[in-house]
Amino acid sequence: MQHLEIQPQNIKLPEGSIEKQTTTLNLGPTHPATHGVFQNILEMDGERIVSAEQTVGYIHRAFEKLAERRPLYQITPLTDRLNYCSSPINNMGWHMTCEKLLRIQLPKRVDYMRIIIMELARITDHLICNSVVGVDAGAFTGFLYVMQYRELVYEIYEEICGARLTTNIGRIGGFERNFNNTVWTKLEKFLDEYPKALGELDGLLLRNRIFMERTIGAGPISADRALNYGFTGPNLRAAGVDYDVRVHTPYSSYEDFDFIIPTGKTGDCYDRFLVRDEEMKQSLSIIRQAYQKIQEFKGPEAEVFHADVPEYYLPKKEDVYTKMEALIWHFKIIMGEVEMPKGEVYHCVEGGNGELGFYLISDGGRTPYRLHFRRPCFIYYQAYSEITKGSMLSDAVITMSSLNLIAGEMDA
Amino acid sequence: MQSLTNRNKPVDRAPMNFWERLYLPEIFKGMIITLRHLFKRKATIQYPEQKREFSRVWRGLHVLNRDEEGRERCTACGLCALACPAEAITMEAAERELGEENLYREEKYAAKYEINMLRCIFCGLCEEACPKDAVYLSETVAPADYARKKFIYTKEDLLIPNPVTEPEAYAKAKGLEPNENRLTGKR
Repeated sequence: MQHLEIQPQNIKLPEGSIEKQTTTLNLGPTHPATHGVFQNILEMDGERIVSAEQTVGYIHRAFEKLAERRPLYQITPLTDRLNYCSSPINNMGWHMTCEKLLRIQLPKRVDYMRIIIMELARITDHLICNSVVGVDAGAFTGFLYVMQYRELVYEIYEEICGARLTTNIGRIGGFERNFNNTVWTKLEKFLDEYPKALGELDGLLLRNRIFMERTIGAGPISADRALNYGFTGPNLRAAGVDYDVRVHTPYSSYEDFDFIIPTGKTGDCYDRFLVRDEEMKQSLSIIRQAYQKIQEFKGPEAEVFHADVPEYYLPKKEDVYTKMEALIWHFKIIMGEVEMPKGEVYHCVEGGNGELGFYLISDGGRTPYRLHFRRPCFIYYQAYSEITKGSMLSDAVITMSSLNLIAGEMDA
Repeated sequence: MQSLTNRNKPVDRAPMNFWERLYLPEIFKGMIITLRHLFKRKATIQYPEQKREFSRVWRGLHVLNRDEEGRERCTACGLCALACPAEAITMEAAERELGEENLYREEKYAAKYEINMLRCIFCGLCEEACPKDAVYLSETVAPADYARKKFIYTKEDLLIPNPVTEPEAYAKAKGLEPNENRLTGKR
């Protein structure tokens, strides 16, 4: 210290300023380690976090307000942009909410097709989350390897709906088109190759000492605190509560499927990693079961891809071009002039990172009177300051990616 | 915490054993995995030279369609603009004059038809809403440009080449075999 010209004891603070023991650090809103626009104002004592304060609203897009001005079918593209790692689940959840309001019963085959799409989306979501936990712990390689398999899933979406990320997949009452042969071959290819890739990711991270020591004990939350905050999904299961919407309030014929709910103990990053890892394997088994069930349909049943509801599901294009009746329905549905029942519905699905709920109030008009999205990320982020208090800065970064906080979902 | 279901299965959280604690064996295991990838076929493609094929139902750049006689199909009914969740489409209708029967298919046509590509979210609802097979999303992506103004695509930008006067350009723009239904992907 002798060679320094200015010595700490000689520094004179301006008059009236208070000497502080801690440093204020802005983590975000555009920090490369936060994977999205999250701002955390951290009070740091060296490398330790004394307190953290979150800011929300950096990508607030007023979805709930926008939805009050849109007919039901136009709200689907909005739900794409909530949790964009698993947008098909959001789309399906929204369609199911509408179907609940409109009292539409779906054929079993459509339910199973939806389950395949939703479980594929869950796999991509967990895959990103888990590999990004690896990236934040310093292991970039696994992330690059598994991206190829997410690509396969995206190709399946592309074949069904024509887009990869913001899918807008499915319609109220079913799917926009039947799955073609390419979809099934690609699905088989995925089911075939994916377990190997997952094995590789496990081989790189699961029992690696560096990864284990970085994640064990990082960002833990007890089951009680998690329940108090309103945690759901993998983050709650990692804390030890075996709550899964798919089992407790089955939707889309999930009751026909056999799968287990993995649970952790301490709710730390390693538990969350393990739970997601196991859930991906369970999702694979669900997809296999659903694929088998779909193959069992014979005759005209094997071609069904939407419910028979001409009031809400668009007629075939050929009919629209040639038949008057179909054209009238087409205009009515697109203009949103079909009868909407009055009422309130809440429907929740097990989204990529927790219970994704839609609370829809209809006053009988062409648009919802009010729509609320229950976004799990928003709830996890409330707990972030409590989880990270007292931990190291590097643990805070890894905790954020392990909670699977997605900015698009946090701000609706 | 008591179990809520009978499907509960705790994850394997075994503490590190001796070999894992040694750290090196696991590192070598990881190294073998990465080394094996060195000899695998590469997953990437050399983009501008090599392009991946889009699916037949890909939602790309919009095209305003013509019928087989080269007449514009759009009748300016406004359903696409109504269905658009991003409010990207504007149009102005006009009445067909005598002598314009070879230009427009119906008595009403779109005198002005604009899509703002910066607003468009490529959700495909306009294609679905069109009762005349007049607008569809093609298998190309919207190109980049320098000025915001250039992203407002007018009717001239969107119209497909005339199949009667420029059949080759039409076939190229269409990129599809005839009689293919775009929505079902079936021929």
